[in-house]
Amino acid sequence: MIPAAFEYHSPASLDDATALLAKLGEDAKILSGGQSLIPMMKLRLATPPHVVDISGIAGLAYIREADGVLAIGALTRESELEESELVRTRYPLLHDTCQVIADPIVRNLATVGGNLAHGDPANDHPATMLALGAEVVARGRSGTRRIPIAGFFTGPFSTALGPGEILVEVRVPVPAERSGGAYRKLERKVGDFATAAVAAQLTLRADGACESAGIGLTNVGLTPIKAEKAEAALRGKRLDDKTIAEAARLAAAAAEPAEDLRGSVEYKRDLVRVLATRALRKALERAEGRR
Amino acid sequence: MHVELTINGEKRSAEVEPRLLLVHLIRDVLRLTGTHIGCDTSHCGACTVLLEGVPVKSCTMFAVQARGKKLMTVEGLEQDGKLHPLQESFMAKHGLQCGYCTPGMLMTSYAFLGKHPSPTDDDIRHAISGNLCRCTGYVNIVKSVEHAAATLRDGGAR
Repeated sequence: MIPAAFEYHSPASLDDATALLAKLGEDAKILSGGQSLIPMMKLRLATPPHVVDISGIAGLAYIREADGVLAIGALTRESELEESELVRTRYPLLHDTCQVIADPIVRNLATVGGNLAHGDPANDHPATMLALGAEVVARGRSGTRRIPIAGFFTGPFSTALGPGEILVEVRVPVPAERSGGAYRKLERKVGDFATAAVAAQLTLRADGACESAGIGLTNVGLTPIKAEKAEAALRGKRLDDKTIAEAARLAAAAAEPAEDLRGSVEYKRDLVRVLATRALRKALERAEGRR
Repeated sequence: MHVELTINGEKRSAEVEPRLLLVHLIRDVLRLTGTHIGCDTSHCGACTVLLEGVPVKSCTMFAVQARGKKLMTVEGLEQDGKLHPLQESFMAKHGLQCGYCTPGMLMTSYAFLGKHPSPTDDDIRHAISGNLCRCTGYVNIVKSVEHAAATLRDGGAR
């Protein structure tokens, strides 16, 4: 399959890139890892007249923890996240997630920034970042701004990014002590989008009760979903089976899945309940240091 | 646009349209037809080549993105008329049936064994999970990669 013709730009700096995007406006599409955009262009679901390839811009691939924040550069490849010792040991939810995105070869090119900026509710990082309470950093001609992830996804394949803005960094708060998270995904085969998936992040108080909870849902709505009622049902409670079951029920109620070849509405909603239960149990185990 | 790259140790260049996919540059322009086009939708991995030593799906990259880069295709495995131990292993352990997925399997396995010289069966299965074999000949593919790992550990060439 051959994409429609386009003009290719490969700016060497962020300033060049934002200037170019400001000039080209809606005619331009940003190319990062290309693992979502290029398949869409081949199917002619996307036919941008201009492609602005930001993958050659130096200094946008990093994973570092400082000042209470894990900062992930937008051009960090999923495979780099997967191999990061820091992520593996301190961010189990993130580590779970990057291992089940597409397949290992796609992950060698796919970027964390692209996974979010694409705005696809079937992508995996959105739910995880919702559970983690992350922020994204957007850079445009007129400067840089931070966008809380809860307000980032505005519709299917739509985000709060302006046409001239580039997502340059993802910022995840460093979890407090007694924190743990997990991502549980059902996919029909490696490389398929999730039938459904649930991201859960928990922080416990010293007495073992829940201090805070984050729950994100993948591919069961027009946007990634933050299951706020389920989160609220956990706060301040001891996380016994009954409390987890109730939160999982509320997470399922927050899902708005559509029937497709992966399953019916009823099936997917119940799947959210099951995956939420498993993700919460695993997150609890990890928060308690039982791994 | 002008593209210059190094492929299997050789400098090559071409004038291409930006929309030309890397796999089409490799097969149709540079005439290295060992790399296959399978699904053309980023799923199957038959088009896997190494970009700076890392396996990528060449149907999901534009040729212009490979400007100035080092590529390796299945043709680069054989050296001085001698097959790579991985290729020998795929023959010895019947790691192919129709052979269509083989170039991708070989390139993925080559990069994988470079990083993980002593993999378990499970490690290998995960490593090749982005490469589909529609003959479903996975058991022998895994055996072939295991065999190659052993050969390379015992000091087989490269």
